This record gives sequence, structure tokens and C-alpha cells, in this order.
Amino acid sequence: MNEATSALSNQEVARYSRHLIMPEVGMDGQLKLKAASVLCIGAGGLGSPVALYLGAAGVGRIGIVDFDVVDYSNLQRQIIHGTPDVGRPKLESARDRLTEINPEVTVVTHDVALSSANAIDLLSGYDIIVDGTDNFPTRYLVNDACVILGKPNVYGSIFRFEGQVSVFATKDGPCYRCLYPEPPPPGLVPSCAEGGVLGILPGVIGTIQATEAVKLIIGIGEALINRFMIYDALRMRFRDLKLKKDPECPVCGENPTITELIDYEQFCGITPPVASEISEGNEVTVEDLKARLDANDGVFLLDVREPQEFEICRIPGSTLIPLGGLPHRLTELEGHDDMIVHCKSGVRSAKAVKLLREAGFSKAKNLRGGILAWIDRVDSTLPKY
Amino acid sequence: MANNVLIPTPLRVYAGKQDVVQVEGKTVGELLENLTAKYSELRSHLYNEDGRLRRFVNVYVNDDDIRYLDREATSVNDGDTISIVPSVAGGVDE
Repeated sequence: MNEATSALSNQEVARYSRHLIMPEVGMDGQLKLKAASVLCIGAGGLGSPVALYLGAAGVGRIGIVDFDVVDYSNLQRQIIHGTPDVGRPKLESARDRLTEINPEVTVVTHDVALSSANAIDLLSGYDIIVDGTDNFPTRYLVNDACVILGKPNVYGSIFRFEGQVSVFATKDGPCYRCLYPEPPPPGLVPSCAEGGVLGILPGVIGTIQATEAVKLIIGIGEALINRFMIYDALRMRFRDLKLKKDPECPVCGENPTITELIDYEQFCGITPPVASEISEGNEVTVEDLKARLDANDGVFLLDVREPQEFEICRIPGSTLIPLGGLPHRLTELEGHDDMIVHCKSGVRSAKAVKLLREAGFSKAKNLRGGILAWIDRVDSTLPKY
Repeated sequence: MANNVLIPTPLRVYAGKQDVVQVEGKTVGELLENLTAKYSELRSHLYNEDGRLRRFVNVYVNDDDIRYLDREATSVNDGDTISIVPSVAGGVDE
């Protein structure tokens, strides 16, 4: 422990007094926090409360990995950023807010996308890793890197009204692969059609992640190891499910087969957007669509988003059949061979076009970029979501 | 006696939008068989082409993962709650 972390200034004593008067934390615990370093992966929904609380609690060095900019659609849940920050890099916005809350904290910003090439270097500079990115490739990457480096990984995930949280890759504890050896193939991942998240949910889950990080640093209580917490906001219920280290786990098991980082996009089955379909002329641009609608040439415009999305904005003249119900409603499309299909950004509608072509609608085409591209390039009066 | 099976949010769309379904069965396997007979769209989300439970879907009897019990042969008693808990990721936007 160097001089900077061996004592607290009078101002720091005042700042941390509510910690210092508890025997479980006390001066020892507060100095451990000051000497500690935590890496937050992502400054989004989960990363916001994690970084805010760890900063306020006095964790000495907080690293943040992010390469995104603040968007209006982030503000409903990413509380480290404010309205004036829209358009700024999330790293800058997060650093400013943390420094405002606690200038004693050193904030280290990493303006990169975490990858197999940089993860080991990046993570090795920290004591504890908090994963707030919430996508499968990064989750497996962070998990494997933490196991390889022997660093605790405080994991959280959120979906609509439900969250999952646990602590992985501790000395004798399980890792994420012990819980879920493989990710779902992309086709079975719920798309943004079923997505969305209650803005408060990452607050609950991120705050639990921050709590676990602080407990690990101070060395108090019972960590969320060998347990897997699920939270249901609608029923307001926490459940604590049992989890065990899997002796056959490919990363942390007795005979690991993964001893260095792999290609996680490939592992998760993520491939660049179906190039074959584009080259076969299955796509049209929003400009093409505009010209055809203006010419009133009889093209049928199918919207495969969800009703809630249709409520927010729609392209005039479109017919709504959500992707999930499309296989049962093909009869409604009879006679509409000349059809353009769209969704929000073009991914769901590409699935719909594939399905339609297999069902005999051989001229169905996908609107590239979806309604977002339409708003960007044709009708900017519609709201974006 | 039917047991409660808790359906996770991402799969509710394949189970009549319900969050709890009552299903009968003496073992977890029987119970899931009856569940997927009732809601056929669930089958491909729970089982792979070889008829095995998918590796990103865990099934619990009360708080215990059936992988540490007798897997699908795990017996189910009156009052046991069965939970289906798949891996989820909210950070993916399409």
C-alpha cells in the first residue's frame, strides 16, 4: 500500500464517514476500496449505476471501456449521462459525471471495442471486472478472459422486466460457461421485437453488481458465488438458484480445452448480414420505395414490426403483420406478389423475406435499413425510437 | 397433480403469452413433454434437432438445476415449481 492509499485526508474522512463508522467497513475497508481498481465494461444501462456507486463509494481507480456516443434513446436508463451529453462520447460524459461526484477517484477511459486481441491486456490492469455490455460475444469473451487471468467477473444481464446476476471466475467458483456452456444461435435470440427494457431494471441489477464488487474488495459478507440470482420486476420477486462449478467446463474445468481467447463472434454464430441475399437483389433502398410509392405502381408494403412499434411511427400505406405471426397469416398476402417488407432496421424483415420466398412469394424484397433509414433519408418528421 | 412451470419472458410468446403454465408429469422430462405437446412452438426453443435440451436453457426444480440431479429423469413432487431459465442478453438491438 503506497502513501496515497495508506491514509485518508480529512476531506475523505468526511466523505466516507457513513462507511467508516460501520465496523464491517471501517478505515481498513475504506482503504481497501481506495487501493482497488475495477473495470466497467460498457457505460450503458448496467455500467451507469455500477460506475456511479463505485465512484461514490471511493473505489480508487475505475476503468471504463466504451466506444459509443450518448443517444436520446439511452437516457431512459443510462443515468450516468444527461440530456446535454447527447452526441458526446459516453466515456467523456461518464468521466465528467464521476469526477463531479467524487474527484478522489481516478477514472481511466478505454476508447476501444473489447476484443480477443486487447482483452487480456486491458483486464489485467484491474482487480475486478464488471461486465455491463450484455451481449453474448462480449459476455463469453469477458468470462474466458477473467478465468484465464483469475479475476472475478461480476455479471449482470437484463431483459424487459427480468434480470440475472452472479459472480463468476472466482478461485473455486463457477464461470458463465458452467451456467450456460453455449450461447443461443442468433435465430433463437429474441430480437428487438420482443426486446426493450424497463429503465429502472438495469438500476436494480447494476446496483447489485456494484454491491458484489464492493463486498469482494472489502472481503465481507457472502458473495453471489455458486448462486445465480434472477429478478422479476413485475412480480417483484428475487430468486436464488443454485449453481456449481462444472468439472467438464471447457474454460474453468479440470481439463480445459480453451486456454486462450477465441473468435467470439464466430462462437456465437454471428456472421455479417446475409451477403448472398443482397447480391441476389433481395433488397431495395428507401429511395426506391419512395419512388414506387409516389408512382403508385401497386407495390404492397408489409411491416413486420410489433404493434407498439407501429404505434410510434409507420410508413403510410403499410400493412402490419408482426414477424412472429407471419407464418400463420400468409393467406392474407395472396395476390401481393410484388411486395416490399420492412421492420425497424432490416434484420427482422430479412427473416420475413426469407420465409416469404420459401412460401412462394418469390418477388418479396427487403427494405434495407428499415424504417430508420426511411426516417433518415425520406421523412424526417417521423419520430425515431 | 399439475405442477407450475414458470415460463421466462423471451419464451412467453410461444406459450400463449402466459408466465405460469400448469402441467402434469412425474418427471421433468414428462412434464416438458406435456408442456411442448400443449405449446408446440416451444419445442424448438427447448430442444435441439437430436431431442436434447438446448445448452442455453436450464431447467430448475425449485432452486436446483436438473443437471445436478437426474436431468430429465428428475422426479417431480406435488408443489414443486419448475423454472425454465434461458440465457438472455438485452444489449443486442436489431
